[in-house]
Amino acid sequence: MTTFDPYAPSRETTEGKVFSVTGGDWDSLVQEIGATKEERVVVNMGPQHPSTHGVLRLVLELEGETITEVRCGIGYLHTGIEKNIEFRNWTQGTTFVTRMDYLSPLHNETAYCLAVEKLLGITNDVPERASVIRVMMMELNRISSHMVALGTGALELGAMGPMFFAFRDRETVLEIFEMITGLRMNMAYVRPGGVQQDLPDGAYTKIREGVKLMRKNFKDNATLLIGNSIWMKRTQGIGYLDLAGCTTLGITGPVLRSTGMPWDLRKVQPYCGYENYNFDVVTADTCDVYGRFLIRMNELEQSLRIIEQCVDKLEKLHSAPVMVADKKIAWPAQLALGGDGLGNSLDHIRQIMGTSMESLIHHFKLVTEGFRVPAGQAYAAIESPRGELGASIVSDGGTRPYRVHFREPSFNNLQATPAMSEGGMVADIVAAVASIDPVMGGVDR
Amino acid sequence: MGLEEKIPSGFVLTTVEKLAGYMRKNSLWPATFGLACCAIEMMAVGSAAKYDIARFGGEVFRASPRQADLMIVAGRVSNKMAPVLRQIYDQMSAPKWVIAMGACASSGGMFNNYAIVQGVDHVVPVDIYLPGCPPRPEMLLDAILKLHEQINNEKIGPNRAQIIKEVELAAMNAKPTHQMNGLLA
Amino acid sequence: MSDGMFGAKGTGDTSGYSGLVAKVATAGSSERPYGGYFDEVADNLERAYPEFSDAIERVVIDRGELTLHIKAEKLVEVAFVLRDVLKFEMCMGVNGVHYPEQTGRELHAVYLLLSMTKNQRIRLEVSVADSHPHIPTVVEVWAGNNWHEREAFDMFGIIFDGHPGLTRILMPDDWKGHPQRKDYALGGIPVEYKGATTPPPSERRSYK
Repeated sequence: MTTFDPYAPSRETTEGKVFSVTGGDWDSLVQEIGATKEERVVVNMGPQHPSTHGVLRLVLELEGETITEVRCGIGYLHTGIEKNIEFRNWTQGTTFVTRMDYLSPLHNETAYCLAVEKLLGITNDVPERASVIRVMMMELNRISSHMVALGTGALELGAMGPMFFAFRDRETVLEIFEMITGLRMNMAYVRPGGVQQDLPDGAYTKIREGVKLMRKNFKDNATLLIGNSIWMKRTQGIGYLDLAGCTTLGITGPVLRSTGMPWDLRKVQPYCGYENYNFDVVTADTCDVYGRFLIRMNELEQSLRIIEQCVDKLEKLHSAPVMVADKKIAWPAQLALGGDGLGNSLDHIRQIMGTSMESLIHHFKLVTEGFRVPAGQAYAAIESPRGELGASIVSDGGTRPYRVHFREPSFNNLQATPAMSEGGMVADIVAAVASIDPVMGGVDR
Repeated sequence: MGLEEKIPSGFVLTTVEKLAGYMRKNSLWPATFGLACCAIEMMAVGSAAKYDIARFGGEVFRASPRQADLMIVAGRVSNKMAPVLRQIYDQMSAPKWVIAMGACASSGGMFNNYAIVQGVDHVVPVDIYLPGCPPRPEMLLDAILKLHEQINNEKIGPNRAQIIKEVELAAMNAKPTHQMNGLLA
Repeated sequence: MSDGMFGAKGTGDTSGYSGLVAKVATAGSSERPYGGYFDEVADNLERAYPEFSDAIERVVIDRGELTLHIKAEKLVEVAFVLRDVLKFEMCMGVNGVHYPEQTGRELHAVYLLLSMTKNQRIRLEVSVADSHPHIPTVVEVWAGNNWHEREAFDMFGIIFDGHPGLTRILMPDDWKGHPQRKDYALGGIPVEYKGATTPPPSERRSYK
């Protein structure tokens, strides 16, 4: 039995109902559109999409292949981390904050801890070894984050080889992280006052070998992409955003440095002792995707330089403390591998149970109540792989943060998407977003 | 018109089940549903040579849910994302399986608050729960292999309907968690 | 703040009798000289914006940072002066804070400014009451604040007058309430274990 349907007449067969989608009013529709010569299509590059770097929704209004308007929809990964921290004590805040920008967890932790230390007033009391370890871990994290950015950026533009190379190099860094902190990602290693525990034996050798291996491996990606005519055609002149655009949108990081402005917080407003290291600020002056790609590739080499200098310094400061001396703030972790797994070292237990009443009290108070931070507001900014990552913290004098807000670079950088892509082609928006390198965990928090 | 409509019965069914199970498990194509940190570990499983998923047949992470069999929900699902998750699940064609990767997908994880769905089993039916924050790539491979075993032994047709009924009955009569005896009891 | 079974509320008094009451003082206005580059900033601002004392309620120097507390009506003028004359070209974002105890000034919006040419950072703070949470928008001054203001609206309910599209950005569009306010519950469900149930983090016993 056929029912007459102008759009899709159907008939019953042995296999079920079969529809034939035929002309209907398709012809008249096409003629209508052809007459007005304006064919705007709204396309939703929805939150689940292989090329949008996480759960980012892009609503594009297209005219043919040209984008006339693009709007970003964010908030699909909003976790309420900032509100959650208000119910935990200051040290536990580190474990939450680490999961915001999940490609550079150590940067999040360091920004938070620098702000807390500013409020506590112990910025100058953080031991030098702790600062050097922080710098080394941050630079390793910069390498692993840039590797993901390069790998996924290349994959989205169709180059699959760099993805495999990038993740292979990332594994080198993650193995170092696992040896030092115990976890590959989201480590909660940097605590207010210093770092959680010192480097294990054999760490220096492993790091030095890792650096040597990575220097050799970075050439693989470089030979594949730099100077590759297809890559250059797809990335040169795309995603143009000049200095005026960057400053009004509050954009920092490789996007700002691709305009030629050598603004790197590690050089201009150093923290954690960055003024003592030799490294260059990498810039490009083409303001496009290719420039940002080159900046990221070169920053890898600069990070390797800093890591080598850090390991040299660490070997000199071999038995220095890694936590601030004030026992009322210092996290009492002296972990050791015992018969029943990883736990407090026997020395520490002997001390708190047998020798020192104060140690026991400090340990108890720190892990149950937490330390108190004097009231006030502080803002500490660091240079994360994506730009300026700032932690703005308000304390009311108690053991819990009153308000923690993160100024995430990806949040500002994503606002540049319309400026970079409107007027361009659909294929280029993928390149533009990849060059901004947004991490949606940081955008949505 | 899949396998399910044309099944025989009896011992031929058992043979068909074995064959179908074997073929389905060995070419399990995951759908990319990477949300947060676990997605990076999932990418490492797919792309790093150390944890290659291609050797288990799952290298092609299909972007389109219509071509995928397995949805690995990797990361925290916020309330804004939940309807999208359900829509992607509905767009997948049967047979389909779901792995809840990570603590946030299994139970809400450390984020017990207004913004996160406390476990994606509130939204989609889950076959394997994988704890970890984030789980190591080897743990994800282990979860996929356990899913392979499960798929290998899956029943089809009337046997399947019977198993579903039995599982449901067992779940309804089971003791709730907070009445069980923990380690302290 | 959360309420639990135990806990010292407000002070470090663990005796349980709550006899010890300590007032938490927020930083008061600072006196000249401010130190560092803050004097230069304050002088330049006074010179460029003669109604300085009208608009600025308080200048606070705390922990090495300068905070200018500004009246909401004068915010846009001060912002233009800061951007054009004092060269604070970049605004790092707007951030909301909710102080329920400061009646009449519950919602604070904090603006972080950065001058790349001079390598300086200052902070602007605007306070409005819950009953009338309107602040003029600075989107024309620094375009990057578009999403930040939307987030402050979404999370705190601060309405920015003149904003080109003030809608929810992080929560779903039809969400009711403003999550990061102190009077909004954390939400969260009790967690079942074998033999016990743990309450959600906002209802556990707490130390203040």
